[in-house]
Amino acid sequence: MASPCEILIDTKDLSLATHLATVASNEAWRIEDSYSRYLKNNQIHRINNAGGSMVSVDSELALLLNFADTCWNLSDGTFDITSGVLRRAWRFDGSDQIPVQSELEQLLPLVGWNKVLWDGENITIPANMEIDLGGLGKEFAVDRAAKIINAISDVPVLINYGGDLRANKAPTAEDSWQVGIENYAHSDTSAIIELASGSLATSGDARRYLLKDGVRYGHILDPRTGWPVPNAAKSITVARNQCIEAGMLATLSLLKGSGAEDFLSQQHCKHWIMR
Amino acid sequence: MSDSHTKLDISGALAAAACALLGGSGQAGLLDYDPGGDKWDVETAYLYYAESDGRVSATAPAIQLTHNVDTDETQVFRLTVDSLTGASPTGAVPSNDVQTFTGPSGSAYNIEGSQAPIDTSFQDTRTSFNASWAFPFGVKNSITLGGNYSTEFDYVSFGFNTAYSRYYNDKNTTLTAGIAMADDTISPVGGTPLAFDSIPTPGVRVIDSTSALTGDRSKNVTDLLFGLTQVIDRDSVLQFNVGLSHSDGYHNDPYKIISVVDANGDPAIANEARNLSLALYENRPDTRTRQSLYAQYKRNFSGSVLNTSYRYMQDSWEVRSHTFDVSYRMPFGSTSWIQPRLRFYTQSAAEFYTPFFREGQQPTTADTSLHASSDYRLGDLDATTVGLTYGHDGKRPWQVTLEYYQQNPRESSEKFGALETLTLNPDLSAVVFRVNLDL
Repeated sequence: MASPCEILIDTKDLSLATHLATVASNEAWRIEDSYSRYLKNNQIHRINNAGGSMVSVDSELALLLNFADTCWNLSDGTFDITSGVLRRAWRFDGSDQIPVQSELEQLLPLVGWNKVLWDGENITIPANMEIDLGGLGKEFAVDRAAKIINAISDVPVLINYGGDLRANKAPTAEDSWQVGIENYAHSDTSAIIELASGSLATSGDARRYLLKDGVRYGHILDPRTGWPVPNAAKSITVARNQCIEAGMLATLSLLKGSGAEDFLSQQHCKHWIMR
Repeated sequence: MSDSHTKLDISGALAAAACALLGGSGQAGLLDYDPGGDKWDVETAYLYYAESDGRVSATAPAIQLTHNVDTDETQVFRLTVDSLTGASPTGAVPSNDVQTFTGPSGSAYNIEGSQAPIDTSFQDTRTSFNASWAFPFGVKNSITLGGNYSTEFDYVSFGFNTAYSRYYNDKNTTLTAGIAMADDTISPVGGTPLAFDSIPTPGVRVIDSTSALTGDRSKNVTDLLFGLTQVIDRDSVLQFNVGLSHSDGYHNDPYKIISVVDANGDPAIANEARNLSLALYENRPDTRTRQSLYAQYKRNFSGSVLNTSYRYMQDSWEVRSHTFDVSYRMPFGSTSWIQPRLRFYTQSAAEFYTPFFREGQQPTTADTSLHASSDYRLGDLDATTVGLTYGHDGKRPWQVTLEYYQQNPRESSEKFGALETLTLNPDLSAVVFRVNLDL
C-alpha cells in the first residue's frame, strides 16, 4: 500500500490479537497482489497489456469496477481510474517542472472511462490506456479488514492504513479513539478527531505540488483537461460509515476545487478541510 | 460539463455503491460513523472541610454534566451546594477577662478570657451554578463562553466570562486572552453598618433609615487573563498566565469588627452595665486592583507526572502573596495512581491591616477617608497543605483526596500591655476530604 499500515487492537488476549493482525495483513497483501498496477501476473496487468482486446474479470474486480464506474458518473467524469497516465507528464516533486500543453494533448486521448467498454463481466480498454485502482485500493483494504475482523471478534479495533482508517467501537476504557490528521501536522494547523466507530479518510497531500511563476499547481489533476484542479484544498478528511465512502467523498470534494466546502456541506457528513 | 449531480445525494449513492462493493449492508448499523463525541458525562464530587477547635465545617456536594458535542466542542453545567456551619473569628482581640459582644442579629454573646472572639452564629448555604460552552472557531482558534450565578443568605453573585485561544506551531503553542466580569450584591444581616460605627447595645439595635444602617451594597469585578501554553517536548509542557483584576464597590466584611483597647491593652468598655466591649465595624477601600503571575511546569517521567506551579500576586492594598504547589502522580498497579501534594502559601499584610485601635485614636464613625480591617485573612500569614490522592482509572474513574491544611497567621508586632500574653490570630488547622466519582 506504499504507506505504514497498523491495526490497534484493545485486548489482553495476545493470541487473539496475533490472529486478527495476521488475517488482516494477509487480506491486505492479497488486495495489493491482486490490484497493484506495479505487479505482473495480476488482472490489472492483464487488462493494461491486453492491446485493446477484451479481458474477463473475477467477481471482486467486477464489483470494484462497478464502484469506479459509479464514482465516474457521480463526479461528472472527474474521478477516473484511467487518469494515471497523466503522471507521465506531471511529477509533483516540489520543483517548477510543469508540463507544456502539447505533452498533455498527447496524453489526453489515453484518458477517459467513457472510452472503456465495461459490461459488468468483461472489460476492453484501448491500447496504451491504463486503469489504476490506487485511488480506492487502500480504503477498500481497510473495509475488507474491518469485515474480516468483525466476523472473528468484537474487541475494539482501529485499522489505520496510511491515514485511512476505520474503527468498530471505542477502546474499552475510553469514549473514542483519538486520531491526529497527519497533513495538518506539517502546516500551521492541526486537528485531533475523535472516532468511536466508522471511518475517516483523507485525500490530498499538502507537500505534493509544483510552483512556477508564483502559481501553485496542486497534485489533484482534472482528467478532462490534464491540468491540476484550480483552487483545490490541500487536504480533505471525511468521516463516513465505510472507509471507501469517506475516501471517495474526500477525493470528489478535492476535485471540486473552490467548491469543496459547498459540496461537502450538501453531503451532510463531518469533514475537515485544509486550504 | 455541468455539475449536474450537485443537487443529487451523492453521499447516499456512494453509500449504496459501497454496500454493493463490500456486501452485507445489514451489518452497517454496527459500524455507523460515530465520533464518540456527542455524549453526556456525569461527574460528581463531595467535599468535606473541617477546621480544628470546632470552627467552620463545610460540606459541598457538586454535580457536573459535560456535553461533549463534538471533538472540540463541549458544554459544561455545574451545580454546587456548600453548607457551612461553625464559628468564625470576628476580628476583635481576646482579653484576659470575659468579654461581651453584640452579634449581627442583635443578641449578646460572651467570650471567655484569653479566647479569640468568634461568632458562633455563622451558618450559611451557598448554591452556585456555572455553565460554559467551548467551541472551535476555524482550526486554529477556540472560544469559551461562560456564566455563573451563586446565591447565599446575604449574597448574590452574577458573572460572565469569555476566552479566546489561538493555536500555533501544530497546536504546540497556545495563546489565550480572557475576560471575566462579576456583579456581587451583599445584603448584610441587620443592615449594612456604617464605617467605624460601634457595635450596638444588645437588643436595642434600631434600623435608622437616616444614616446608621443602610441597605444593600454591591461590587463589580473585572478580570483579564493572558496565557501562554507551550509544549516543550512530548513529555513536558509549560504555562504562563498574567492576570489583571479590578474591583469596584463594597469590599467590607460587614460582620468583622475591630477592638478598641485602653492604655493597658485591655478592651475598652462601651457599656459598663452590660460589660459590652467597644468595637468598631471595619472599612476597606472601595477599589482593589490586583496583578498576578502564574507559571506551571508539568513533566511526564515514564508514566509518573510531576506538576509544579508558582503564583505571585500583588494588589493595591499592598497584599503580596507567593504560592508554591508541587504534586507527583505515580501509577499504582495497572489501573490506579497515587498523588502526594505539597502546597506552601505566604502573604504579607494589607497596608490598612489594623489588629486593634488604641482608645482615643480610633476613627470617627462614617469617616470613609480612613481604612482599617482586623480580618486575619488580610494580615501576615503562612499556610501549608499536604495531601494525598488515590485515583482509579477506567470507564468510571474515581478518586479520593485527603488533605491537611495548616495556617499560621503571624502575630502583630503592635501588641502591648495585656495583649502581649494573648494570641490575637490563633493557628488554624483543617482537614479536607474529597471524593470525585464519574458516573
